[in-house]
Amino acid sequence: MTDPRPATDVDDAVLSVDGVSVWLAGREVLHDVSFRILPGQFTGLIGPNGAGKTTIFRVILGLQAASAGSVLVGGRPLDRHNPIIGYVPQKVFFDPDMPLRARDVVGLGLDGHRLGIPLRGGGRRQAVERMLAAVDATHFADSRVGNLSGGEQQRVLIAHALISRPRLLLLDEPLANLDIRAEGEVVALLARIAREQRIAVLISAHDVNPLLPVMDGLVYVAAGRTASGTTQEVIRAEVLSALYGQHVDVLRVHGRILVVSGAEGESGVTLEETPGGTAAPDVVALR
Amino acid sequence: MSQFLDAIFAPGFFASAPVRAAVVVGAVVAVVTGAVGVFTVIRSQAFAGHALGEVGSAGGSLAFLSGTNPLWGYMGVAVVAAGLMEVLGVHRPRARDVATGLVLGAGLGLAALFLYLDTTSSSTTGVTVTILFGSLFTISQPMLPDIVVLSAVALVVIASCYRMLLLSSLSPELAAARGVPVRAVAIAYLVIMAVAVSLAAETIGTILATALLVGPPATALRLTKRPGGAMVVAGLVGVAAVWIGIVLAYDSFYWPPVDHGWPVSFFVVAMVFVFYLGSGAVAAWARARRDRRVGALAAMGESGCEPHVDADAA
Repeated sequence: MTDPRPATDVDDAVLSVDGVSVWLAGREVLHDVSFRILPGQFTGLIGPNGAGKTTIFRVILGLQAASAGSVLVGGRPLDRHNPIIGYVPQKVFFDPDMPLRARDVVGLGLDGHRLGIPLRGGGRRQAVERMLAAVDATHFADSRVGNLSGGEQQRVLIAHALISRPRLLLLDEPLANLDIRAEGEVVALLARIAREQRIAVLISAHDVNPLLPVMDGLVYVAAGRTASGTTQEVIRAEVLSALYGQHVDVLRVHGRILVVSGAEGESGVTLEETPGGTAAPDVVALR
Repeated sequence: MSQFLDAIFAPGFFASAPVRAAVVVGAVVAVVTGAVGVFTVIRSQAFAGHALGEVGSAGGSLAFLSGTNPLWGYMGVAVVAAGLMEVLGVHRPRARDVATGLVLGAGLGLAALFLYLDTTSSSTTGVTVTILFGSLFTISQPMLPDIVVLSAVALVVIASCYRMLLLSSLSPELAAARGVPVRAVAIAYLVIMAVAVSLAAETIGTILATALLVGPPATALRLTKRPGGAMVVAGLVGVAAVWIGIVLAYDSFYWPPVDHGWPVSFFVVAMVFVFYLGSGAVAAWARARRDRRVGALAAMGESGCEPHVDADAA
C-alpha cells in the first residue's frame, strides 16, 4: 500500500519494512515505518537531520533491534551480517595517515571480515580492478584514501560496498560535504549502477533536489514517521503537514522543491528547518 | 677495514654473552612492536599503549619481590589493565582517555607501593631504575624462550585479525556492517598491545616501552602507503634503533665518565626519535619532488593540473 510501484508479487521486493517502531532511551524515534523497495529501484530516504534516517538504516542492517514490526531482506528475516546488503555509512573520515590505497579499501569490501592475511590471488585483483573501473576510480586507485577528495572517497566507499555483489545498496547521506559537481557525479554514478546492475539503491539525503532526476520513488521521514511513494504523491503539503504534525508548504521553483513551514492564516512564509541549512527564505535550497 | 670496524665495535663486543642476548632479544622485540604498533598508531591508541607499558611497573616490581621473571609481571598486570580499561569504557570515544588515565593512575599507585617494598627489602635503588628504564644487557639466556614464544603468539594473533583490524581501524561502522565483531577485535588488540608493550618493557623499561611501540611504526607510516609494508619498515627501523643503541651503549664504556657505560635505553630511544625526524624530512622531500613533477607536467600542457579530477562521470 505504501509502495511507490506496487509489485506483482510481494516476494519480488528486495527490502520490505513493515510497521517498524524503535524506542531508544524512552523515546520513540521511529513510529510505524513501512515501505518496500524493488530490484533496481532508486529510492530516496529524505528528511531533515535527526528525523530517523540513520536509525532506519541501522534497523535494516540488523545493528539496531526494532521494538515492533518486521524487516525482510530479499524475502528473508534479518541476519547480523547480510551479504545481500552493501552499506556506505555517514561521515566516514579517512585519515591522511591511514596506510591504505583506494584499491585496498575496495578489496576489504570483499574479505575484510575474514581471518588471516589476504593472499595475492588473480581473481581477487581482477574483481578489485573491475570494481574500480565501474566507479571511475582507476586513475586514483594507488593513492592513499586519506589524500583523495570527498567525491573520490565516496566513489571508493561505493566500490567497497558493491564488490561483494549486494542486491541492495544503502547510502547514508553520501552527498553531504560534497561540492555541487562531485554531488552530480556521485548521483549519476549511483543511478547508472542501479540501472545496469539492477541493484536497488536506498540513499538518504536532507535535500531532495539533487536526487530528483534519478529517483524512482522516495520515503520521506519526519519526526520518526514516514510516507512513501513517488515524488508527486509524497511531497505535497497535506502529506508532509501530517508527518511533521504542523502546517507545511511545498513550493516548486524552477523544477526544484522547497519545503517550508508556514503558519496557516499568516501572509508571510516562514522558514522551516531547511534541507540545505539555514539561509534566507528566498534563497533556501536554490543552490 | 678492520680498523674501521674496531672503531665502531669496541673490543669484546661480539664475544660478550650479554651483548649477544641483547642483540637477539632486541631484534625479536622490535619486530613484534613494529607489527603491533602500526595498528596502535592508525587506531590512535598511543596513550593506551603507554598506559599498558607503565602499569607493568607494578607487575615488574611485584615479580622482583617474589623472585620471578619480571616479564611475566609486566605482562600479567598489563593484560589485567587492558581488561579493566575495556570494562571502564575504553571502547567509547568520549570515555577512552578517562578509562585509560584511571587505570594508569591505579597501576602506578601499586607500582609506588611495590617499588618502595623492593628498595626497603633489598636496600638497593637499582631495581627501580631497571624496571622503569630497562637494561637490555641484564637479560639472561634462560629468558629467551619465553620472549620468543610470546612474540610468536603476538604475531600470529595480529596476522589472523589483520583484515578485521584494518577494516575496523578504517571505520567501525563499515566493519560492523560487513559483519566484523568490532568490539571483540578491539579487545583482542588491546591484549596483544599489552603483550607487545610488556616485551618492550623488558628491553627498554616500562616508561620507555611506548617509544618502541609508537616510534618505528610512526616512522614507517610516513614512508609507505601500505599496511603490510609499514609493518616491515617499522620492524626494520626498530631493529636498527635497538642494534645501533646496543653498539653505542657498549662503546660508551670508554666514554666519560670512564668505566660507567651510558644506559642502553637512552641510545635506543634517541635513535627511534632520530629515525622519526629523518622520515619526516624524507617524506617532505618526496612530496616536494612529486608536486614539482606534476606541476611541470601541467605547465607543459601534457596533463591537467589536477591529475585526480575525473573527466567522465555521466
